[in-house]
This record gives sequence, structure tokens and C-alpha cells, in this order.
Amino acid sequence: MSTEAEIDKLVRREYAAGFTTSVESETLPPGLDESVIRHISSRKGEPEWLLEWRLAAYQKWLKMTPPQWAHIHHPPIDFNEVSYFSAPKSMADRPQSLDEVDPELLRTYEKLGIPLHEQAALAGVAVDAVFDSVSIGTTFRGKLKEAGVIFCSISEAVHEYPELIKEYLGSVVPQGDNFYAALNSAVFSDGSFVYIPKGVKCPMELSTYFRINEAKTGQFERTLIVADEGSQVSYLEGCTAPMRDENQLHAAVVELVARKDAKIKYSTVQNWYPGDEEGRGGIYNFVTKRGVAHENAHISWTQVETGSAITWKYPSVILRGDNSVGEFYSVALTRGRQQADTGTKMIHMGKNTKSTIISKGISAGRSENTYRGLVRISPRAEGARNFTQCDSLLIGDQCGAHTFPYIESRNPSATLEHEATTSKVSDDQLFLCRQRGIDTEKAVSMIVNGFCKEVFRELPMEFAVEAGKLLEVSLEGSVG
Amino acid sequence: MLEVRDLHAAVEGKEILKGLTLTVKPGEVHAIMGPNGSGKSTLSNVLAGRDGYEITSGEVLFEGKPLADMETEERARAGIFLAFQYPVEIPGVSNMEFLKASLEAVRAAQGKEPLDAVTLLRRAREACQHVNLDQQFLKRGVNEGFSGGEKKRNEIMQMMLLEPKLALLDETDSGLDIDALQVVAKGVNALRSPERSIVLVTHYQRLLDYIVPDFVHVLADGRIIKSGGKELALELEQKGYGWLTGEEESA
Repeated sequence: MSTEAEIDKLVRREYAAGFTTSVESETLPPGLDESVIRHISSRKGEPEWLLEWRLAAYQKWLKMTPPQWAHIHHPPIDFNEVSYFSAPKSMADRPQSLDEVDPELLRTYEKLGIPLHEQAALAGVAVDAVFDSVSIGTTFRGKLKEAGVIFCSISEAVHEYPELIKEYLGSVVPQGDNFYAALNSAVFSDGSFVYIPKGVKCPMELSTYFRINEAKTGQFERTLIVADEGSQVSYLEGCTAPMRDENQLHAAVVELVARKDAKIKYSTVQNWYPGDEEGRGGIYNFVTKRGVAHENAHISWTQVETGSAITWKYPSVILRGDNSVGEFYSVALTRGRQQADTGTKMIHMGKNTKSTIISKGISAGRSENTYRGLVRISPRAEGARNFTQCDSLLIGDQCGAHTFPYIESRNPSATLEHEATTSKVSDDQLFLCRQRGIDTEKAVSMIVNGFCKEVFRELPMEFAVEAGKLLEVSLEGSVG
Repeated sequence: MLEVRDLHAAVEGKEILKGLTLTVKPGEVHAIMGPNGSGKSTLSNVLAGRDGYEITSGEVLFEGKPLADMETEERARAGIFLAFQYPVEIPGVSNMEFLKASLEAVRAAQGKEPLDAVTLLRRAREACQHVNLDQQFLKRGVNEGFSGGEKKRNEIMQMMLLEPKLALLDETDSGLDIDALQVVAKGVNALRSPERSIVLVTHYQRLLDYIVPDFVHVLADGRIIKSGGKELALELEQKGYGWLTGEEESA
């Protein structure tokens, strides 16, 4: 009786980042053709080769159709209803430093708990903030430069480090990889670029914070991280968007390159607007994330996904070099009418490569939560090993949890382990907690946090706490 | 302490308790015995406030206040503790974390500050020692992978830490070997005090060899049909429940 009502209240909590910011923006009219791509490119003063690259991607995209295999349902997206570029007007002449950034924008980020003033910034974390389509500023650039680390928006990198961009852009996720990656390659607006030189351990956490503000605008950012031989970096991205009745499209591409002996840890806390209880509005999140691990390199993806109306996302690792390691730790929480189809691909090519997949799906309300993962062992991947664990937790009885593990092994020496469980937050568990004086709200959050523990401990410390809190907030109101 | 008056209670529309009356005063230890299906577990669940256990008539007063007006967690905070027959596992939530949340909630209701980490850990360790539970159990998930006996001892350990006014033990002796039974009994006996009441719900007499009750009640078909002193339990042991219920003892 009362427990149900309380859980119900718990899961229906409001979206806290749902405000809009009133800044004057220059937004392209909806629709996509070559002229739009030329406009974006010239607006950013891009070199000819990049324009050609975009146009080639556009040509590929025109011949492609949206993928249909995911366990998600939505009306077809009219790609001509989307605006492909929006920038705050005051950014026309890029600010040279944070002091020149529109104070309204800085306030937006402060409201979200992300101070961009360096003195106020989280100790030891450098932040790049992307508002609608453009990067509005990166903190701690000077300090990073001393260590030889490059951390800037990808637009700046195109001008300042054209050789690196030319070498690596599209090297992991080619232009025609999939429908959404092709679209991104044609119209990507901004994003972050990171380069860690040989043997350097990045002195602080790097972080990009994405915010969609403008209505009817798609966000297409592109992130490229290159860790040169023997280097190390830990990177975190966070995302929010205002509450709007119509769906908004987000199609990002993230490419990671870990050269010999390098280590990249990439963490995501995704909290795009999930839409309302009835499924109106919310972000459609179609994201391609992939890393290449060379010899002895280590790539680790950690994601906490609580937002978006639709999540379509499979952060993957190509284990190209011998002895390379790939990891995927994921918590995906869906509630209301949210749909998530997420997982990973571990492609073992080198000898003695090793991958670990830990996926925790939590479904509440009337949501659908799907794990989809591929482990592929190529013929020459002698001694490859994979361990996969997929756990689903159900809250209430109107939600769905699905698991689609694909395993393709072409080498008999490979070791593959797969474990999967499905459980429910049971009345017995809640009764035990309440009998010890713990109220339902605290009990549910404790049980869910316990369920996610293995993933949370992979997050950078500052964010593990945040992720726990985010889960708590997201859970408010999710069981019905 | 506890005043149960002509209690009728139903589970899923089916009446299980049919006019149960019981008075427990501070400092007393009561044993409620009865055959399977007599309503023993229903009584402990109704007292603790489990969802789905509905009081259809009669009343239950705890320290003079009607229990029906209190949520499950409010009853716990007021000092009612139920040691479960089959405590459930909560994977990933450490015993220590659980104890901390529980103690904080109970203490807050009494207007007390949360214990500092050091004191909390010391007390938890002491409680573990009382029931021969290794301290490693504090770090493990709540009941996760515990044996039946370890789960029961874990319940008694929590009871010692929470120091309830009214302790209800639901078939705590079931499935325990004689050594574990003695350990559990030692823990319960340590809690006996003039301010605290203990209600033991049990099928068998053997627990009462170690925790000697002041009163024994026989529950059958949702009512207490006979009450007496500790010697009633021995009589039951010899004659079986059929002696009182007029039926063949099946269990």
C-alpha cells in the first residue's frame, strides 16, 4: 500500500537541469543539404580538406538508412526538421579567455554545478564546456600546456594542430561507419580534442560538459582523444538539456586512440532530458563511441546513463595490439517511458588481449532497458579472454529488461565467460529495511546503489558520489 | 508495553488471526507456541507492519499508542524489532552500511545524534563478538551468501545494536544446530532487562531450554487457547499440540 505509493513518488522526481538560458543565438534554419555543410565549415573557417571530408560523409549518409535492429521504438525522425547549427551570438568573435564569455552562459554552468572560473573550478579537473554547438571555453589550459597536454575544442585544434587532426579524425570511426556517425561527420559542430604526448601522465582529470539549449537544434559533437605511447589520461563528460516538449536529436562521435602502453579512462555521466511521464519530449541520443588499443594499451569506458528519451550507444574497444585491455562498466537507469539500448563491442585482434564487461541495467516505470553486446575473437587473437556480467534490476512490474549478448569466437584458445542475472527490488527487501527504521526512499536508493557498486567504484572519485546522487534523483518517481 | 485486544487480521482477504488477546509487560519474556498454520508468523508480521497484513478488527497498542496508525519504519523507530525467520539478502549493500542507516534512523527518531564512525564500528564489533560472528561479516553484503545460521546470528547482532524495547523473534530457532542455538540464546539472554520485552514465536520447545520464558501461550487457529508458565512448554513437548487442539499433530 504505502510502499508502492512512496516508490511511485520516488520515481517521479522532477528533472533538475531542465531550465533554459536566454542568450541570443544564431541558429540555421532547419534542413540539411550541401549548402548547410558549406556554411558550417566556412563559419568555422575550416581548411578545404575538412570541407571535402564533410561532404564525402554527407554523400555516404544520403545512401544510408537509420538502423532498425535496436530494441527501441520511435516515430521516424525527419532530418529536415532539425537545425544543424546554433551558436550563441556573442561567440561570433570567439572569446580569447573565459573573462570574455557571456556572463549568462557562465551562470548557466554555475547553476548546473560546473564553475568555469578556474579559481572556483573543481580542484584538479580541467573543463571544456560545449553550449549548443560550440565550445565556450576550456579551463586550466595553461597548466596543461606546461605538461605538454593539449586540451581544447576540436574547432581550435583544426587550426592549431591540423596535422594531428588530419591523422586521427575518422581513424577509429570512419565517416561511413553507421548512419548517425556519417551524419555527425558531415555536420559536427564542436567537441573536445585531447592529445597526451609520449610518456606523459595527464596531471589532472579532463572533463567536457555538454549542454543543449536552443529548441529544435541537433547537437553533433565530436571528441577525439589521442594518448601517445606510454601516456595516461582520465576524461569525464557530462550532459544536460532543458525540458522541451519536442524531441531533440543528439548524435555524437567519440574516438579514442591509445598507442603502445597508453591508458585512457573515459567516463560519462549522461543526464540529457528524458522526456515527461507520458514520453513527450526528451533527447534522442544516438552516439558512436569507439577506441583503438594498440600493443599493451588499456582503454576503459565507464558510463552512468540516466537521461535521454532514447539511448542508442555502444562504447567499444578494438583490441588491436597484443596484450591490450578493454573494459566497459555501465549503469543504465530508465524510468517513465525511457528506452535504452546500450552495451559494448569488444573486438579482440591481438594476442592475449583481455576484456571485461560489467553492465547494470535498472528499469522502472514503463521503460525498456536493453543490454546489447558483442565479443568477437579474431582467428589470430591467441589466448584472448573476456568476462561479461550483465545484471538487470526491475523496479515495479511494468518495465522491461532485455539482454542480447553476441559472441563470435574464431580462435579455440579463447576463454569466454558470461554471467547474467535479473532481479527485482523485492517487497521482502523493502520490508527488512523498513523494519530496521529505514524509510522506503532511502531503502530503494541503498538497494540500487548496492546493485551498481561494481561500476561506481570505476568512476573518478569526485564523480562516484555525484553518480550515486544522480541515481537517487533519477529514481525519485520512477516506479509505478 | 504491548497490548493486543481481540485482534482479527487477514492476509489476502483470508482471516488468519481470529480474536487474539495478549498482554506483554516490560521485562517479560513470552513464548508463543503453536502448530504450523496457527497464525504465529502472521502475528509477528502484523505487529511489525508488513504490507498486505491487514488488521480487520480489534486493536494493538504499543506503549499505549495504536500500532495501526504507525508506518512500518515508525514502529521500528519506536523500538519494535522483528528478527526474521528468513532474512532476505541485499546484494552490494554492506552490513555496516545497512547498520549505519538503520541506527541513524532509529536514533534520529529519538532525537539523538548519529554515532561517530569509531563508536559505531566498536559497537558493531562488540555485537558481532556476542553472537560469534566474524567481523568480516560487517563488510559483506547484507545476508549475502550467509548460511542459515549466520543469517540468524546476523539478525540477533542487529538486535543487540539497536536495543529495541520490544523484540519479536520469529522462529529464530528453526534450522539451527544446538551450538548455534546456544549462541543465539546467549545473545537474547544478554538483552533481557526490566525495561525490555521479548516475544518468542516458536514451534518447538527446545529454544525455551535456553531462553526461559515467563509465560507460554498456545496459539491455534488464530486464537490463544491456553496460557501458562514455563512448565506448559514441557507439557506440550510431551503431549504434542493435539492434546489441546484435538487434532493429530502433523509436524
